[in-house]
Amino acid sequence: MNPERLILSFAVAGICFLFRESLEADPMTHLLVQLPVLTISGYLFVIGMGGKNLRITERLANAFSLVAVFAILFWMLPRYIDATLVNPVVELAKFISIPVLVGGSLAVGWAKSNPFLRGFLKANAISMLGVLAFLYIHAPVRICNSYLLADQERLGFGFLISAIGLGIAWAIPLFSPPPNELHFQSSQ
Amino acid sequence: MRSFIRYLLPSCAVILLGGGALWIATDGFRAFTEEGARRLYVSENQPAMPLLVLEDINGDKLKLVPENKTPGKVTLVEFIYTSCPTICKSAGSEYARLRDKFIEAGLGDRVRMISVSFDPLHDPPSKMREYAMNHGADGTIWTIARIDARDIERTKHHFGLRVIQDGMGGYEHNAAIHLIDRTGNLSGIFNTDDVNGVLNTVWNKFQ
Repeated sequence: MNPERLILSFAVAGICFLFRESLEADPMTHLLVQLPVLTISGYLFVIGMGGKNLRITERLANAFSLVAVFAILFWMLPRYIDATLVNPVVELAKFISIPVLVGGSLAVGWAKSNPFLRGFLKANAISMLGVLAFLYIHAPVRICNSYLLADQERLGFGFLISAIGLGIAWAIPLFSPPPNELHFQSSQ
Repeated sequence: MRSFIRYLLPSCAVILLGGGALWIATDGFRAFTEEGARRLYVSENQPAMPLLVLEDINGDKLKLVPENKTPGKVTLVEFIYTSCPTICKSAGSEYARLRDKFIEAGLGDRVRMISVSFDPLHDPPSKMREYAMNHGADGTIWTIARIDARDIERTKHHFGLRVIQDGMGGYEHNAAIHLIDRTGNLSGIFNTDDVNGVLNTVWNKFQ
């Protein structure tokens, strides 16, 4: 158990909760700040509890990663983004399910998942963000009833930047030499 | 082969459960947005509308639905605020086109069309008359009316109307045409430009 990580996890979740109204007033900070930070909070909590050292098989790790995927898909539904803003029960469900089902599941399962599954999910995350970006930038009507059309367009560009950012972040390791090659070069 | 199935089993279980949860959450992948869910709910449940009393362009009382619920005319309702610079204007011209289509189809005496202001504070009868004149609403088939300020929340609740401030003194809202049938139930919600869809539905109600 790592107390610093546990404290940090609660601090991060607490900040998200205390500043929820201002974070949720803008769809950019709601979807691209609050939800990822809640995920990080759950991730830190499980890591802090030693979840990364859990001895789970790859087949279970895959399942945990998929739990996170479905939870993300659910909270990407505009219907439930709207619902969190008008229904306290849905809001509470968000504050519990994202840290547990997304952050926690990723902490337990992601690193031990099948590399092909991870690659597949990464590629899909980028393409999903790209599709969302196109949809939110070009939709002539409001997709979320709670947000203005201009804010929706900004969110679309936010999705686009996120897709590009994730694409770059995940592509960089592919172009760096593998560790054994580095070792070979330094020993020459 | 058995070990491969064993390997996939937990993932398949999550996919089934996750897919099922998404299926339920979206009413069978039919409603992904709040607006879609509202329209689906209305078309499947046809909820009764409250007995709201509005104020029209002449300052007279206007009932939203017939009080005794005896079958009468169908009522079409769109929500507006008269100073709206964008969507209400285009919705207004579609409404005028719809009114003309009803007259052409011989349904002029079977339909009431009301543009309802959800901003009664800034929309007195004089402003509504001005809006009516600008859009060609003469008060016979199509009129403009405002909600009583005390009924705003009730109206929003029953219609599923969502109004947010646009930061420039105006509002953005879910613009649509709401069809209240002859017994006072909300039976359909249409896009403001779906003139033919509204016309056909009303036509079928009188066949």
